[in-house]
Amino acid sequence: MSTEFLSGNEAVAYAAYRAGCRVAAAYPGTPSTEILETVARFKDAIDCEWAVNEKVAMEVVIGASIAGVRALTAMKHVGLNVAMDPLMTYTWIGAHGGLVVVSADDPGMHSSQNEQDNRNLARFARMALFEPADSQEAYDMTVAAFELSERSQAPVMVRLTTRTSHSAGLVDLGDDFRPLAVAPKPYRKDIRRNIPVPAFGRPMRQRVEERTAALRAEADASPLNRIEDGDRRLGIVTSGVAYTYVKEVFPDVSILKLGFTNPLPTALLRRFAGSVDRLVVVEELDPFLEEQIRAMGLAVVDVQTPLRLFELNPMRLLALRRELLGDVAAPAITPAPAGLPTRPPVLCAGCSHRGAFYVLHKLKATVTGDIGCYTLGAFAPLDAMDTTVCMGASIGNAFGMEKAGLGGRIAAVIGDSTFFHSGLTGLLDVVYNRGRITVVVLDNRITAMTGHQGNPGSGVTLMGESSEATDIATLARTLGVRRVCTVGAYDLAELERVLATELDAPEPSVVVVRGPCVIAERRRDVVPYAVDVATCVGCGACRKLGCPAIVRGDPVGADGRRFASVIDPELCSGCDLCRQVCRFNAIAKRS
Amino acid sequence: MERVLNVSLVGVGGQGILLISDVLAQAAARAGHDVKKSEIHGMAQRGGSVISQVRFGPRVFSPIIADGTTDVLVAFDRLEALRWRHLMAPGGQALINRHDVIPVSVTSGQQAAVEDLDGLVARFYPEAIMVPATELAQGLGQVRATNMVMAGALSHWTPFPPAVWLDALRARLPAKLVALNERAFAAGREAAAALGVRRATA
Repeated sequence: MSTEFLSGNEAVAYAAYRAGCRVAAAYPGTPSTEILETVARFKDAIDCEWAVNEKVAMEVVIGASIAGVRALTAMKHVGLNVAMDPLMTYTWIGAHGGLVVVSADDPGMHSSQNEQDNRNLARFARMALFEPADSQEAYDMTVAAFELSERSQAPVMVRLTTRTSHSAGLVDLGDDFRPLAVAPKPYRKDIRRNIPVPAFGRPMRQRVEERTAALRAEADASPLNRIEDGDRRLGIVTSGVAYTYVKEVFPDVSILKLGFTNPLPTALLRRFAGSVDRLVVVEELDPFLEEQIRAMGLAVVDVQTPLRLFELNPMRLLALRRELLGDVAAPAITPAPAGLPTRPPVLCAGCSHRGAFYVLHKLKATVTGDIGCYTLGAFAPLDAMDTTVCMGASIGNAFGMEKAGLGGRIAAVIGDSTFFHSGLTGLLDVVYNRGRITVVVLDNRITAMTGHQGNPGSGVTLMGESSEATDIATLARTLGVRRVCTVGAYDLAELERVLATELDAPEPSVVVVRGPCVIAERRRDVVPYAVDVATCVGCGACRKLGCPAIVRGDPVGADGRRFASVIDPELCSGCDLCRQVCRFNAIAKRS
Repeated sequence: MERVLNVSLVGVGGQGILLISDVLAQAAARAGHDVKKSEIHGMAQRGGSVISQVRFGPRVFSPIIADGTTDVLVAFDRLEALRWRHLMAPGGQALINRHDVIPVSVTSGQQAAVEDLDGLVARFYPEAIMVPATELAQGLGQVRATNMVMAGALSHWTPFPPAVWLDALRARLPAKLVALNERAFAAGREAAAALGVRRATA
């Protein structure tokens, strides 16, 4: 028996390998990113790629499935929004080779802009849905998902959450951890099956309903759903990671542990409900199970303890136990002292995004932002962003503001990976419809926030092969933008000259701001800067850069309101921006 | 061991907390325990608060440790120790690195520093074991080995011998870093020997 200590994400990748998956595609997004990174360890067996976006990833794995092999895609919850178009129809066409869609949701919004519960999307798309509670189940259920997908000829969703993705546990990989002998199914050209024009789509629609009924019967009999008999005065229905909290806090009651949650196992639920005095549903985020159980006519206790918003945890279930059973005391907790200074995320010292934000703030531009590290440009002292909605939205948002008659300078700020992901179409729209906004592409040639994955500008693939590094300026010109320029990220005067010119230009423009990600680059030849205390007047101009290496030092002058700056040589990356903003020449390289 | 033991490791991004959590979890597994580890990769690449939790025992369900039930808190920074005080079980132990990373919110002048950090730590952790881990790691010529110095100190508490830790460490680290980290572990274990770390009780 081989046992490994794996995160939920790693376990999914190991399962893909075990299940004979042949193609995997994804776009990185917390908390899903490590799935494909781990799949890449098995690249001899699985062709894997960082797709340009989730929709393309979905289309690639659908193609592989149609061709007859097992395929997997993985994305964060909001990524699935991008991929829903192909998925909604492929659930009707039906999988040929097994297709598993992993959705990693983010209850608590640890690293996301919303908290949507993608179990709703599985039901909406009429897919079977598995909800693993831990790494072992992530492994077992992903293997089972491939099998079910191929047998039922429908894609299957495995829904992780941040906690299952990023927690690790022991995973029994079985006695013989190597790919199952799954022969690719022969590809057959079959337009009635693969082209859902209305005449072919209507019979598909009917088959989907028949399939859903058959899947419901499977769910009723599935070993992924089980009753754990206990004190029958209380019965708890639970799924996903919430099960582990229920086991900690309610070890004594009867539990219906659901792993296969769509279609809902209604017969099993009726049996369980009939065996307990009171029925309670404990699930993370939306009342996905509870509303369906109530719609079956079963009585569910109206729980007063708030359980709907954000992540569940054992503390919240202890509160529930106090409400339902009243047999536990509130734990003795010494709270942390109040008023401790916080550690909010900041752009790194030397970040190549800093200069552009500094200048945009100075130019008083209205800035629509996008998704990436650079969303941090919104915060003081840079204070240089007005909006952020979703991947690629900056460009359409800026154009909409222009159309609404908002005066002044309007810029869309977007990173290179996000631009490739879904900025291209927005920019094309601006060109076509005669907009005049300026699109600032912060081009560090890598997908930084999720941990430095490659993208079409990086010149290297997830398979480790070199590939064409697409040039954004060339691309913008090809889309029809006439005003395109490229500026270095650390030349503030040039950034200001170019941005001021382009923001005021009467036609659309693209400014590519180039500079590598400082933490990806790991330069070892850095010469840090220092402040000459005798020269520093304490004006604080350098601290307006929001660089974590620049520290407020001792008071300067008699009024006690001005403070000298000190540069932490450990953090300083030698980017030079602070020297450029110092009007008193008090900052220079350390000698 | 009858019950599940709860370890919370807290500090600041870049201090190697995720690595030491991994080594602890793998060591617990090698010692025959069920184990779960939970951590959150937030938006902060650097400088943000980091927490990792490791639970081990006969059978572990929740990856999250309930507030008020941490048996051992391993803090790499005194401010972070204070921030996570609510995790501690009554009678739990705290191993605190005698070291402060000043938050950017303070260095930039946006938020006030804690006025009397020594006093607060003494008040909220009267029985804490203060480990000069960063100092010891600097003495070894590599401040990044602070995490293994803390691991050495923690090894007095864990209900398995240091050899199990070292096996897990060797399995987890690249070969070229093993010797340094072994020295750091030994330094931490030696420094903490006289500090009265209590061994875990079932």
